[in-house]
Amino acid sequence: MSSNSRFVPAALGLALVMFAAAPFVINTAPYESTMGLVQRIFYFHFPAAMSLFAAAFTCGIASLIYLRTRSARADQIAVAGAELAVVFGIIVLTTGPLWARKTWGIWWDWDAKLTSTLVMWLIFSSYLLLRRFGGPGSEMLSAAVGFFGMMLVPFVYVSVNFWRTLHPKTSVVPNLPAPMLVPALWCLTAFLLLFISLLLLRARLEASRSDLDRVALALED
Amino acid sequence: MTSVIAAAWQIARKDLRVEARSRELIYTTIFFAFSCVLIFAFAFVREGQPIPNASAGILWITIAFSGTLALGRTFERERQSETLRALLLAPVERVAVYLGKLLALLVLLFAVEALIVPIIGLLFDAPLGRAPLLLLALLVSGTIGFGSVGTLFAAMLVRAQSRDVLLPVILYPIVVPVFIGGVQGTSAIFADEPALAMAQTWLAILIFFDAVFVTLALWTFGPVMTE
Repeated sequence: MSSNSRFVPAALGLALVMFAAAPFVINTAPYESTMGLVQRIFYFHFPAAMSLFAAAFTCGIASLIYLRTRSARADQIAVAGAELAVVFGIIVLTTGPLWARKTWGIWWDWDAKLTSTLVMWLIFSSYLLLRRFGGPGSEMLSAAVGFFGMMLVPFVYVSVNFWRTLHPKTSVVPNLPAPMLVPALWCLTAFLLLFISLLLLRARLEASRSDLDRVALALED
Repeated sequence: MTSVIAAAWQIARKDLRVEARSRELIYTTIFFAFSCVLIFAFAFVREGQPIPNASAGILWITIAFSGTLALGRTFERERQSETLRALLLAPVERVAVYLGKLLALLVLLFAVEALIVPIIGLLFDAPLGRAPLLLLALLVSGTIGFGSVGTLFAAMLVRAQSRDVLLPVILYPIVVPVFIGGVQGTSAIFADEPALAMAQTWLAILIFFDAVFVTLALWTFGPVMTE
């Protein structure tokens, strides 16, 4: 825990500084030829989407470990991951339609990336609902939801991709011109730092909560 | 391996016998499915004619809704008579309990589908006879996909609070691929210009989903159902 307590403030502080500087860094990027100003949504949309994936996979893998070993630590990380997946999912699902309205002319399209993001967001929201309303023993059940949720993502993606697709290919980001790539990576780093520090903070909160429960129970006895 | 299958068969037979004696699930599920179809008829029939291509969607939504109802009830029955603990204490592999429950549920859902699919064909002009084997294969693989994930989560939720609400909340997002595959495959058959090759591809995706998720459910059932 002690290495954590020094790492978290440092990472969080760095993330905040990077976020504060982000508008200036994004401003150095040239305007995209067809989309102009709206394309700048990308510098927040793409890192938020990557953080969503990171959070979802963290939750899925931690759930898998919890199912196997019943380690309390894995469960705490899984809860933190699921909550962050929902939060970053909200960012992705608001910035996406705003951008789509301006460039595609529609708010929403049932395309592979959009649909699988929405389904993923629904799964991790149902994880939190189960956690909150499932009563005692819901840790194990939600671990199964987290694990299935992670395994499902490629299926939803493939099946919707087969159905129809409009969203740009994933090869767009590595092939960006340097003046656009730098702000994109800058924001990606800021988002991932924020993700990691929030994950550790939230997991620690969950650990403290279970410690508190244990102490309260011991006191009653 | 044979002992697991034998035990699963015993559990399925037990469930089916309970059902054959009360006929509670089959009657209520069929009636519920029929009511669903009726509501769809009010929504999707204009001037006496069904909206084109609505029948595939109606078929799969009805399966999803009535399947959820049946799933909730099968395990509610075990909970009410407090037999789930006995079932889990039985000296058989956990996997056998899961397989037995799944098998009994599938028999029930197939019985419901055998009745509801012709009704939908009749009421919504769906060309059921165009590729009957392919349609059957889509229905079977889709129902197995839905049932395999559903049995796992319904079993898990037996001991949870507000399980009636949580079952569809958890189950529907996870079975999204089954419904994309089922609806798309079926509407490829029902379309004015049928695309049977397309329906076969969807069938392949459904079978692949079934294989992966039955394996995952078998693997997860043990740890999740341990107290």
